[in-house]
Order: sequence, then structure tokens, then C-alpha cells
Amino acid sequence: MGLPLMMERSSNNNDNKNNVVELSRVAVSDTHGEDSPYFAGWKAYDENPYDESYNPSGVIQMGLAENQVSFDLLESYLEKKNPEGSMWGSKGAPGFRENALFQDYHGLKSFRQAMASFMEQIRGGKARFDPDRIVLTAGATAANELLTFILADPNDALLVPTPYYPGFDRDLRWRTGVKIVPIHCDSSNNFQITPEALESAYQTAREANIRVRGVLITNPSNPLGATVQKKVLEDLLDFCVRKNIHLVSDEIYSGSVFHASEFTSVAEIVENIDDVSFKERVHIVYSLSKDLGLPGFRVGTIYSYNDNVVRTARRMSSFTLVSSQTQHMLASMLSDEAFTEKYIRINRERLRRRYETIVDGLKKAGIECLKGNAGLFCWMNLGFLLEKKTKEGELELWDVILKELKLNISPGSSCHCTEFGWFRVCFANMSEKTLELALKRIHEFMDKRRSF
Amino acid sequence: MTRNETNRSRSSNSNSEKSGGGGTTAMRVIVPLQGVVQGRGGLFLGSVIPCAFFYFLQFYLKRNRKNESDSGEENPAASSPNSDSNPDSLDPTRSQSAGHLTELTGLPRSLSRILLSPRNSGGAVSVSGRVNSVTKGGDSPYYVGQKRIEEDPYDESSNPDGVIELGLAQNNKLSLNDWNLENPEETISDGLNISGIASYEPSHGLMELKVAVAGFMSEATKNSVSFDPSQLVLTSGASSAMEILSFCLADAGNAFLVPTPCSPGYDRDVKWRTGVEIIHVPCRSADGFKISMLVLDRAFYQAKKRGVRIRGIVISNPSNPMGSLLSRESLYAILDFARERNIHVISNEIFACSVHGEEEGEGGGEFVSMVEIVDTEENMDRERVHIIYDLSKDLSFPGLGTAAIYSFNETVVSGARKLTTLSPVSSPSQHLLISAISNPKFVQGLVRTSRQRLQRIYQELVKGLRELGIDCTRSNGGFFCWVDMRGLMSSYSEKGEVELWNKLLSIGKINVIPGSCCHCIEPGWFRFCFSNLSESDVPVVVNRIRKVCETCKSQN
Repeated sequence: MGLPLMMERSSNNNDNKNNVVELSRVAVSDTHGEDSPYFAGWKAYDENPYDESYNPSGVIQMGLAENQVSFDLLESYLEKKNPEGSMWGSKGAPGFRENALFQDYHGLKSFRQAMASFMEQIRGGKARFDPDRIVLTAGATAANELLTFILADPNDALLVPTPYYPGFDRDLRWRTGVKIVPIHCDSSNNFQITPEALESAYQTAREANIRVRGVLITNPSNPLGATVQKKVLEDLLDFCVRKNIHLVSDEIYSGSVFHASEFTSVAEIVENIDDVSFKERVHIVYSLSKDLGLPGFRVGTIYSYNDNVVRTARRMSSFTLVSSQTQHMLASMLSDEAFTEKYIRINRERLRRRYETIVDGLKKAGIECLKGNAGLFCWMNLGFLLEKKTKEGELELWDVILKELKLNISPGSSCHCTEFGWFRVCFANMSEKTLELALKRIHEFMDKRRSF
Repeated sequence: MTRNETNRSRSSNSNSEKSGGGGTTAMRVIVPLQGVVQGRGGLFLGSVIPCAFFYFLQFYLKRNRKNESDSGEENPAASSPNSDSNPDSLDPTRSQSAGHLTELTGLPRSLSRILLSPRNSGGAVSVSGRVNSVTKGGDSPYYVGQKRIEEDPYDESSNPDGVIELGLAQNNKLSLNDWNLENPEETISDGLNISGIASYEPSHGLMELKVAVAGFMSEATKNSVSFDPSQLVLTSGASSAMEILSFCLADAGNAFLVPTPCSPGYDRDVKWRTGVEIIHVPCRSADGFKISMLVLDRAFYQAKKRGVRIRGIVISNPSNPMGSLLSRESLYAILDFARERNIHVISNEIFACSVHGEEEGEGGGEFVSMVEIVDTEENMDRERVHIIYDLSKDLSFPGLGTAAIYSFNETVVSGARKLTTLSPVSSPSQHLLISAISNPKFVQGLVRTSRQRLQRIYQELVKGLRELGIDCTRSNGGFFCWVDMRGLMSSYSEKGEVELWNKLLSIGKINVIPGSCCHCIEPGWFRFCFSNLSESDVPVVVNRIRKVCETCKSQN
């Protein structure tokens, strides 16, 4: 035991006099992006959260895209249908034995079938989903990272249209070593992706000697709150075929489109294509966090038309499993088509009404928003309030809104928007009363401004 | 080039020989070369033609070689007649009938087959390098065995001839399930009330749950250590915990020292996405598979010479696959080693609650957590120690998806916390666990029952194997027997081990993990996981092995 070692005492780091053991670059890097205003606002909220009775002057959280508008539907369903066995689904505890034998990363067949059926319903049956192509991950965050690991190597790039969800900086880049090259979009055409912008982004990457492996879009878009037009999707697919790269469509808000007819999923476009080499480049990410308002459950999926990707993703999902208990709990609910049809319909209606409330309220205060038709937020234009249309100017305004109005909203620059003055405002994670209060605070602020 | 110039005259002759038949061809080669010789503008041709010929020859040979290996690979994958009936037929690596298994003479230790020939239709889009490592691994006994289980799982009543799973480290005796059956209200009141669990919660675990887990871990170490909940980071599984630590403690290209035989999962968890390497430090049966500090040191030194930076050492205690408990002295020695080399220690204690052999007098040993060792040490030493713990193993709840990292190092805790956004524990699970393990009576009862059960099964199995003349190393914890089947191999080699594994699976219909998957340097050892067995299953297993033994004896 513990032989005195005759070999030279080697130190791994000769310049470290204190012999403090070192950590990796991933551990100490900033690529997790959690220092951005996006997350800083959350901190402010945590320290001083609004509560109707206890803390009426606290910070109202409008930076979190959570859906609480249709929660009651879920609650009543679960209480009514499965009073005792709901922990384990309609089959009850004995179903659990079957559960114990399955290989973790495949996921329960019944749950995958339920997910496939739910995703089909959201798209009005315009696309079919094969349960065996569904890979479960612990949230869409993990799904996006997994796909990035699978589709790209370190130092490769994914093209992502701006503005985009700030979390992508972490999810797509942090551990994967993959870069994001932005596809610049602006308000001249409502921030839709143009073929020129696509080509320009691709060339930018090429000139920097970076290999582009795919395009990643969010449809409906976060933070814009608008669906991607069918023509744009077709152009995107063409582009990806021409460049021989992948297309990832994060459709996490697909169930939150106000009018079902306005949403075209990339699955619909691919549905009628037989050419495998065309289909194989398309992958869809989905999650129950937004549409069902169950973010705590951490249920995400990757749906891929590429066998290789499905197989790899399945194995890689060992790192990010959805607990079997969660799967059981949700499987029977999601496969109850009567319930899901009703839920989807009512949820859409409520979101639409909320959206109209906030947009009208903002309009009365003299503030315009981008024309949106989906999601849990609106894309608000405060550019006219900026003295200087710069990032600093925008952040100053953001700071004022946070400190004085006690509203946490997300500045466009944290979403990498190239036009300054845009803000993402979430409206679905609060009661109607709170929303009215928020609007009131904005009105007062605007009135004060005008009187100068 | 120089060679060609000096060999000009010789090459013209040899070329004419090679071009053989057609005189015209020969002339076509010779004339330009003559031009070269005579200095007429053909210097270029004189260099180009032999070079071109050389390259064409290489190309031709390479193409032929590739065609041979392609046709060899496609047989198992392509020729499965029943592929359509199997819902998982998407996976071309699955072989549908037992017959294909015998074609697996591939070497689990050094897999080099790429099962999917990339489609070069010009439109095929490529995936990352990481995907190849998965498709290569598809042949490993680890996955093949699992597939067979899926197709034909053993069930005492409905499928008594099915394949018995002794490969997967699960304890599904379902004690937690029994509790749930008895206490559905209790479970539901905390787990189901959706409004309490639907929202985003910290991905690294609710403090309430961490407190409960810290208590549970103390129980496992017989309260010799108290765990600080704020140093716990919860994540969705032990694989994720290991990967997170790998990301935090090492950069791509660095390495961990891993004594072998080790868990088959490390290849994936430590290396796959992180780019961190594993350097195996072999332990020998002659030493009882104990870690030799000398061998460890040698491995470190050799790595350093090659320019590979070692960042840590990974140990498991109770060990996987041997099930042995590391002694206090070993743990101190390892810590000393780590201190001198300034590296980390990752102690995989996921089977801590499943220690079943402690009561035995001699050779039993006690479970000592690495945390206990550093508890009294100075800060710097504590900062290099990190523990992994897995609740699903010890709560008989596979699929629960809750594991823990325990570290004294604040930066690691902070980094790991952020990383859990990518592998969080779902809130219903968190709440279920809180209600389950906050109940001390339940926890103690569960741990005690589980240990007794494991011990019984283990003893039965070992006894049965001994009657067949098969020995195991002494296991005091965890779910495994490390079985010595060297006597049954037809040849003392990797090939012999794979053959035996095949027999166990196709004739014996039991799925076990061959030592090669655990990177054991000596062939002939197998890992049997017995936690899935009920007492009545043990004789079935022993009988099947007897059948295999008889087959082996008659063949050898």
C-alpha cells in the first residue's frame, strides 16, 4: 500500500504553485450565457417577485415564456379521469412492472405513440408521425443540444435566423463547440428569412473557413411570436438540399398558434416527398413545456426522418432521460383524443385573446408590436423611445423598465436582433389581472414620457 | 520524383513489362519516355506517367479491398427477412435471427466495423463524427444482448424459455412499487397536485429533495458522514452525472485513469461527447483485481510521456463489475496519489446502498465512502474529490431518472448546476422522491430489505455456480457477480471469450456481459447481474449454465 514512489514528482501544472486542482474550460467558460440580461432580469424577479397580495409592487415576470392560461383544463382532466392511478397512468400500478423492464432510452411505447398522436393533432392531421422515430429527451433544451452534437462537429456552424431564443447560445454551443452564424432578418419584411440573407450567412461562414452543417429555425418563432410562411419553409428546404445540409425545425410553440390554419409544419412539406435523401436532412424538435404548460415535467422530443440520427439520438438520450413515471402520467392523457382536441382548441383561443389584450393595450399607450399569430409573447417595438438606436441605448431602456416599471421583459439584443429597440413581452404566465396591471404601469410610463 | 529520374531507363523497361499485351500500349508509354531520355520536352511526361501509373495502381487496389470489406459487412445487416415485422426494423444493426449472431466473430475490444455504408448518392447529408462511434458500437455484446432480450424476454409463467437478463444493472425488485401500492394517497398528494409541480423548478433539484437525498446518503454510509445538501447537484441519471463531471474536470484530449475491469458505460459516459480519453489501468485476478498503485503510477507516467494530460482517476466503490469494497487504506492511497499528481478523484458510489456482504466476518470489509476519507482533510484535498450517486439503483426504481453529484468544489458544483439544464430531473419525480425518502422508517426498511434480498440471491447463485465448478470473486456490494469462466473457453483468448458469450446467449439463453466489455485484460471473466432475479429464477439460471457447460465440455 502506498509505496513511496521513486519516480519524479510530476506536477501537471508547473505554474500553479498552490497545487490547486484545475477545471476544464467548459466548466469555467461563459458560453452558458447566463450572464446576459435575459437571465439577469430573472434574478431581479427572483429577488423581488410580484405577488398580488404580499408584494404588489414587486417585479412582474414578463421574461419567462410559460403558459399558464389553460392550466385548469389539465387539472380537471387529471382529477376526473384517474383519481387513484394517475401517478402511473390509466393502467395503474401493475403497469409499472412492464415499465421496469424497458430500456431507458427507448421510452415507453405507449408514451411515444401518445406523443405522435398529439403532434399529429396539433397539425390538424396534415402530417403523420411514426412513434418509432420519436426520441425522448429531458426537454427541448436537451433535444436541441443532442441534435447539434449529432449533426455537427466542434467548430462547425449552424445557421440561425435572428432574432433567436437566447438559450440557443448555450444549448447549441456550450458543450458542443459548435458555432452559431446568424441569418440576419429585419423589420422591413416582418423579420422573415430571405434567400439573400441565407446565402449571405452561408458565405460569411465560408469566408471564415467554417463548415456549415445545418439551419436551425424556430417555427412559430421565438421571440417574434409569428409562424414561418410556407413559401419561406420551401425556400429553406431548397437551400438545405442545394448546400447538402440539415434543417432543424424547433416547433415547440406549434400548439400555441392562434389559428390552426396559419401554421405550416416542415413535416407537412416533407410528408409527400419520397426522396429519402431529401427527407433525411429534416429534424423536428418538440416539447410539452409550452403548449401544455408543463415545463417542470421536462418532456422533449426529437423527431427525425433520418434513421442514423434516430438511432444515435436514442442512445445519446441516456444522458437526458425522461422519467418513466412522467411518461406514464402523461401517456394516457395525451392519447385521449377527445381531451387533447378540446385542450388544443381552447388553449389557442385563450392565447389569442391574451395576445389581443396586450397588443390593444400597448397600442393605446402608443406602442406598436409586430403582427404575431402564435406563441406566449409579443414582439414590441420601443425603438422610438431610444435616443440612440444602439445596444447600449436599448439596454438602458431595458434597465429603466426593470427598475422603474418593475417589469421584466427581454431586450432584443439578448436575442441577437440587429435592429435595436425591440423587446419580447410574455403574456401567458400570469393572471389577467396581473396583465392589466402591467399594462397600467406601461401606460403611466408612456404618459410621463409624453409630458416631457 | 528523383527516383523516377534516376531510374528512367529502368522504368521504361519495367513499364513495358507491366503494360504487357498490347504493343500499342507499350509504345504509347515508351515513346514519351524515350523523349524524356533524349531530353525532348518529355521531362514532364517522364515524371508524370510513372507517377500516374503508380497512383492508378494504388486506386485500383484500394477499390478492390473496399469492395471485399463492404460485401462482408452487409451480410448481417441486409439479409434479415423478418425486418418488417419488427417495429424496430429501422435499425439495420439489429439482426433478426439467432443465426446472425454466430457471425459475430467481431472483436468487442477493438471494433472497427462501420455497419452503415454511407450512401454516396451525392445528396446524402453527412452527420458528425460522433455518429460513427455509435454505429461501430452497435456490434458490442452490450447492445446485441439487449436486443435479444427485447425479442425474447424471460417470464416465469408466460415465457419460461426466454432470455434471462443478467446484463443490465437494474434492481427491479420494486420495493418502491410495493410502497406505492400500499400508500397511493401519500404518493399522489405530493406527486399529482399538478399546480405544485408543473412549473419550472431548478434543474439541479429542489432544495427539499437535496435535503432528503443528503439524508439518504448518510444512511447508506451508516451515518459516518453527513452530507451537505448545497453540495449536491441532481441530474437525470448516473450517465449524465458522469458525463457532467467529465465535462467539468477535463478538456477534450485529456484523460482519466480508469482501473479495469470497469463499468461498460464509461466508454460512453466519459468519452463520447466530451472528447476525454480513458486510460485503462489493468488489475489482475492474481491480485484479486485490486488496484495496484505501482501499475497506476506506471500508467500515469506513460501517459505523460506520450503527452497526454491526466486530469483524474475514476474508481467505483462498491466496484463494478467485481462488487468488492475498497478498503480504507486503498482509498487513502488513491487520495495520496491524486494529491501528488494534482488530479481529481471521481468515486462512483452508485451501489453504496446495496452493500450486502458486510456482515460476513472475514473478507467482508466495510463500505467507506470517499467523502469520509476527505472529511477531515484540508480544503485542497476535498476539492479534488467528487462522488456520483444513483437513486434509481438503490430505490429499485429504474427509470426514475435521478442521480446526484456530490462535490466539495464550488466551481464544479456551480458548473454542474448549469449543465443540468440539459439533463434535469422532472418535477413529478422530484416530488415523489421527496415524499418517499423523507420518511425515515421507509428508508431504513427499504435499505434493509433490499440488502437482505440481494444477499440471499447472491449466495444462492454463487452456491449454484460452485456446484458447476465455477467460481466468482467475492462480492460484497452491488448487483454483480464477477464470474470466472476461463475453464469453459475453447481457447484462452478474446475469441474464446466471445464464443463462450455467444453460447451463453444462444444455448443458455442468458445475457451476460463478457469481460471484454469491461475492458478486463484477462479473457474468460463474465459479469452476471443478479438483482433482477427472484429466488426461483436462480436454479433456472444455474441449469442453463449447466447445459452450456456440458456443451463446452463435449466440444473441447
